[in-house]
Amino acid sequence: MLTVIKGGRVIDPGNLDDILDVVIEDGNIVEIKQDALAGNESKETKIIDASGKIVAPGLIDMHVHLRDPGYEYKETIETGSRAAAFGGFTAVCCMPNTNPVNDCRQVTEYILKKAVKADIVRVYPIAAISEGLKGDNLCEYGELKDAGAIALSDDGNPVMNSQLMRRALEYSSGFNLPVISHCEDFDLVSDGAMNEGAVATKMGLSGIPNAAESIMVLRDIALCELTGVPVHIAHVSTKESVRAIRDAKKRGVPVTAETAPHYFSLTDASIKDYNTNSKMNPPLRTEQDIEAICQGLVDGTIDVIATDHAPHSLIEKAVEFDRAANGIIGLETAVPLGLKLVEAGIIDITDLIEKMSKNPARILGLKIGLEIGKTADITIIDPEISYCIDANRFQSLSRNTPFDGWDVKGRAVLTMVGGKVVYQDN
Amino acid sequence: MELSRKDILDMESLSVDEITLILDTADKMREISERPIKKVPTLRGKTVVLFFYEPSTRTRTSFDIAAKRLSADSLSLSASTSSMVKGETLIDTGRNLEAMNPDVIVIRHTSAGAPHLLAKMLKSPVINAGDGMHAHPTQSLLDLMTVRENKGQISGIRIAIIGDISHSRVARSNSIGFTKMGADVVLAGPPTMIPKGIETLGVSVTHNMEEAICDADVIMMLRIQKERQQHFLFPSEREYSKIYGLTNAKLKKAKDDVLIMHPGPINRGVEIAYDVADGPYSIILDQVTNGVAVRMALLYLVTGGKRHADGD
Repeated sequence: MLTVIKGGRVIDPGNLDDILDVVIEDGNIVEIKQDALAGNESKETKIIDASGKIVAPGLIDMHVHLRDPGYEYKETIETGSRAAAFGGFTAVCCMPNTNPVNDCRQVTEYILKKAVKADIVRVYPIAAISEGLKGDNLCEYGELKDAGAIALSDDGNPVMNSQLMRRALEYSSGFNLPVISHCEDFDLVSDGAMNEGAVATKMGLSGIPNAAESIMVLRDIALCELTGVPVHIAHVSTKESVRAIRDAKKRGVPVTAETAPHYFSLTDASIKDYNTNSKMNPPLRTEQDIEAICQGLVDGTIDVIATDHAPHSLIEKAVEFDRAANGIIGLETAVPLGLKLVEAGIIDITDLIEKMSKNPARILGLKIGLEIGKTADITIIDPEISYCIDANRFQSLSRNTPFDGWDVKGRAVLTMVGGKVVYQDN
Repeated sequence: MELSRKDILDMESLSVDEITLILDTADKMREISERPIKKVPTLRGKTVVLFFYEPSTRTRTSFDIAAKRLSADSLSLSASTSSMVKGETLIDTGRNLEAMNPDVIVIRHTSAGAPHLLAKMLKSPVINAGDGMHAHPTQSLLDLMTVRENKGQISGIRIAIIGDISHSRVARSNSIGFTKMGADVVLAGPPTMIPKGIETLGVSVTHNMEEAICDADVIMMLRIQKERQQHFLFPSEREYSKIYGLTNAKLKKAKDDVLIMHPGPINRGVEIAYDVADGPYSIILDQVTNGVAVRMALLYLVTGGKRHADGD
């Protein structure tokens, strides 16, 4: 059976941008052209009307926490997959800080098995850099690669030991496993609970200086130069990190970087009244940092927008601010928040798709895109629809978002994985 | 005039009129403590819960005495005697307390914002008796009362607060409280103890002790905590005391009618010399006395009191 996505603005960054039809057969893209149906109308064909909408290669969130195994009350692979589909993502990469930690074949295989069973979006497990995320020993990268791990990260924890980080980069390169670095200097963070500055001072909370992030970004850039092995910097939140990465890229250092929607949407002022749904790590920063992040998105310093989807229940969030868990959910708000940047004229829609699909695919070595012969992972976005974000409608098990009640414009209206519609807005 | 708010959480949320009302009420309450029979029936039948998650002697005793002088029933709960050691959350503890119909909940907590969380969840009035490094409004109010009593006014006076500003809720609440009431606040201490952006509270900052002292009408010394040495905030008590400790020699640069305050507990010989703490300029014990009066005023006002206590 044929499926035709008809009359949408088909955007494949650097390749296509036109009003076209996309024809899908047996899960693959078989044709992309104008009036694909001409002369073929007699065939049994499923038509998806995409007029006025954007047809994009499937969005990839390369930084999520699915909490499964171990914290299934916050999220499972199934609910997280459904949240991804709802948000317009056809693939997610899940971080290893589960319980047990994804630092061995068994856990990687468990995640993949659960993902197949859920059968919603593609789930790519990211395995740990160090055993138990403890920063003492390397994990068995050969085994992990063989089991299906797509990348390595100790996300949630920094790799404080520079020698271990150096060896992790070198050793991982033998298996083509990209390394994703969570940059945080524990000593500088100390007991910090939010961004250091006037807001923290006024609220009586210990501050986390920007340098706690950028000092490790600079270290990882140095290790990247030393080893020649690419490093991907996770969740960039500060202007100093953006500057460091920009300078490194200019020198030809193979560093890439991501930021999350909250780092260009909110400042530390949103913690007012001790709102634990604005608590994350790295913390929300200032207007100057937002400006630098946006500039980094514009000039290509920041390659990727990933959500750092971090589900937590009320048990972790309805508590004293300094005791609350870090993180917010992001899968179901990323597209409208990204579209705000487009609406504001900071980046265009093509840039947004590039940073949410093309670039993460490139960094992870995934072969996807809106091209004939490729698998039909496709996201259809309605950029015009205005609505109010309602966390109660989320597919995620958790509700920890500071964006509940925000008036936004645009969202994914259809998500297709391998030719199968896994989410459709009614 | 009546206090129209449910809770006393921080100095930021109180208006000048509200602060003035509290201080005026406290002035009247003070007299009760000077009577041979130190008790009025004003809050008879009211229950005041003193929920102290963080250890405290002075503040808890002060609230306890204040409640008793107004004939309220008070009971103390500490972290070790509450279910919090069994893993109960603050909200659950609060809801359980509320189910027993208290009239006021006084809370001290190690976490900034904990009283705000509790106040949002509960119908009972909540009084913040100190939350982390954030606020200590009843201390600030008693300090304002003490300065007003001794100087006749707060507006126009210059107060120097000296010590570990970073970790001090007293410094924060007094910076806001004194500035709001028209005083000039100067904060002093080593650069490691001055938090980023504190000037946004409308205060000035110096690292020079002499500069802080010389024009001050009031000098408030803060307790230095030895544990902070581990966080590299200062090298030794010896050096701290030499440079930032208040001694009679340093006081020679101060005004003739300067007043010395300290929120306690004091480290004699560290931030304040023995003879300065007991010296002629010290009003440290007046602060403690006024603490009871301020807390009586607050208990009275948050439970809906508007007539003078002695009219009952």
